[in-house]
Amino acid sequence: MSSREYILQQIKKNKPELAPLPSLPSFERNDVDLLTHFKETLKFVGGMAIELRDDQNINKEISKIYHDAKQIVSNTDFVSLANFDLTFVTDPHDLKDIDLAILKGEFGVAENAAVWIPANTLAHRALPFITQHVVFILEKYKLVWNMHEAYKKINLQNTDGYGVFISGPSKTADIEQSLVIGAHGSRSLTVFLI
Amino acid sequence: MEHAELAEKFIEDEARTDWHDGALWFVRYKRDVQIKKVPEWEELRELGSQIKANVLSNLDNCLVQFEENAIKNGVHVHWARDANEHNEIVLSILKSKGAKKLVKSKSMLTEECHLNPHLIENGIEVIDTDLGERIVQMRDETPSHIVLPAIHLKKEDVGETFHQYLGTEKGASDPIYLAEVARNHLRDKFLNADAALTGVNFAVAENGSITVCTNEGNADLGVHLAPLHIASFGMEKLIPRQEDLGVFLRLLGRNATGQPITAFSSHFLKPNKGQEMHYVIVDNGRTEQLGRPDFRKSLYCIRCGACMNTCPVYRRSGGHSYEYTVPGPIGAILSPGIDLKKHASLPFASTLCGSCTDVCPVKIDIHQQLYKWRQIVSEEGELAVSKTTAMKGMGYLLSHPKLYRLAGRIGRRMLGIMPRFMIYNHLNAWGKHRELPIAPKESFRDWYLKNKKATV
Repeated sequence: MSSREYILQQIKKNKPELAPLPSLPSFERNDVDLLTHFKETLKFVGGMAIELRDDQNINKEISKIYHDAKQIVSNTDFVSLANFDLTFVTDPHDLKDIDLAILKGEFGVAENAAVWIPANTLAHRALPFITQHVVFILEKYKLVWNMHEAYKKINLQNTDGYGVFISGPSKTADIEQSLVIGAHGSRSLTVFLI
Repeated sequence: MEHAELAEKFIEDEARTDWHDGALWFVRYKRDVQIKKVPEWEELRELGSQIKANVLSNLDNCLVQFEENAIKNGVHVHWARDANEHNEIVLSILKSKGAKKLVKSKSMLTEECHLNPHLIENGIEVIDTDLGERIVQMRDETPSHIVLPAIHLKKEDVGETFHQYLGTEKGASDPIYLAEVARNHLRDKFLNADAALTGVNFAVAENGSITVCTNEGNADLGVHLAPLHIASFGMEKLIPRQEDLGVFLRLLGRNATGQPITAFSSHFLKPNKGQEMHYVIVDNGRTEQLGRPDFRKSLYCIRCGACMNTCPVYRRSGGHSYEYTVPGPIGAILSPGIDLKKHASLPFASTLCGSCTDVCPVKIDIHQQLYKWRQIVSEEGELAVSKTTAMKGMGYLLSHPKLYRLAGRIGRRMLGIMPRFMIYNHLNAWGKHRELPIAPKESFRDWYLKNKKATV
């Protein structure tokens, strides 16, 4: 008997009586301002939120923060700072010297400051992780309150097979519980809300 | 060795024990702050518990559905009955691709299966990439906590280890400096790996995808750069629907470390371009646990570690005193099912205060199960002699009222007049590390009899 058959047979023998699968409420809330909550939560998780005013230029504002960035890539028409063309990069290892990736956020979740990044918007899945710093451009109206609403918007079949929620920069507290920002992935994360 | 003996070694250094206790309690505190911000927290726990109950009662069908969808998505699916089979499968996948350098992200399952030594013996370089796991790997230790693998170490210990293995300055212990060195060391490993292995937090039956949660981004960095991705997981990681992730991702980060969500929650459905992707579904004692009505709920566990952070015994005895991959209260109810003889002392590593049950995000009745395991340990004759003798003695005493009263009278009198060495010695475990209370002059019974007469 194959292990597959054996395991399935054992489960059949040992499993309890069928328990019902609950239907899930979406726990909506009308008493919170999504934008304010998103910004506060992002700060709490070590990221920066910048709400762009009408008289501000996004390129200028990004450059102010990331003036040291040499290699810059972008996947959005909102900015024109990219100086590294991803079109001909076939091997993700060639992304290793990227300093800043400016990426379009599909939508944001106010309760935990997570931004949904599906692979179909990325030239390479490695991009948000291998870059030293990351900027997300997120349209203000694309905020939902919680994860229940978020998953209603996601169909993984339309993502090229991968998608990630990113909430703040990479971090670790593995050395004596001291929080260090910038573990393996991005050293900083800024969300521009436009 | 018994848990109590190992715990005794751990607490020899009192200052360090207090620090360990405090560090974990702080994580518990951060959790409390976060969950209070979610008004529907208790409802979420109940839903999480119900979803897990449903999965376990339908696990065979869920697994078949998951497999079908995964294959449609272009993922190879393997089934392993036990740890050995799992390790053989992983090795054969690596060999088939000629992979020699493996980067791993957090996977308690591979710890459970002792995968690393098996691969290393077969000429594979295995690098754990979660910083805490990398630290314990260098030190040739095991993780002492499932979420905080190096919680037993102080920064000076890490500094010493890095000095030895990564050439950091002698005596340097600044976490920012050490983490930066580790980042560069591991970047190099990521860029040169030819396979990545990840654990799995949730496997979704309805679409065949897996979700992996990390704070460091190490799982993704490994997977997206390597031409081969292997994901190993215990079969209880299945959930029926994508929408169930909404419940579990809201519970997990908050309950584990007091974060509203982990920094990265990655959803893998199909392999990357030019990449091969494999799932290894592992039993290793889980179907057996499923067949134990009193203990099957232990399979609900989503590995948040909150029961460890809150446990007064874990906090003061350290993860290594459990000698099992998953320590703490949840480990103490999982391990006897794997090897009752070896882990017989673990159900006793508890005050049965029930705090573990209170913080469990999927409502596992941990302390009840600890109590039930104690009875089984006793029935199976695995109880320590000191305990059986004492129990027999107490049993006799408690079933003979006159003798009990006499013993009480002698005890009360003697405690007051005996010299210290006769009370505080190795025969009296209750006198270790603490002062016994002053014995009252009379028993409650005597007092009651006297006062009852007075009032009537």
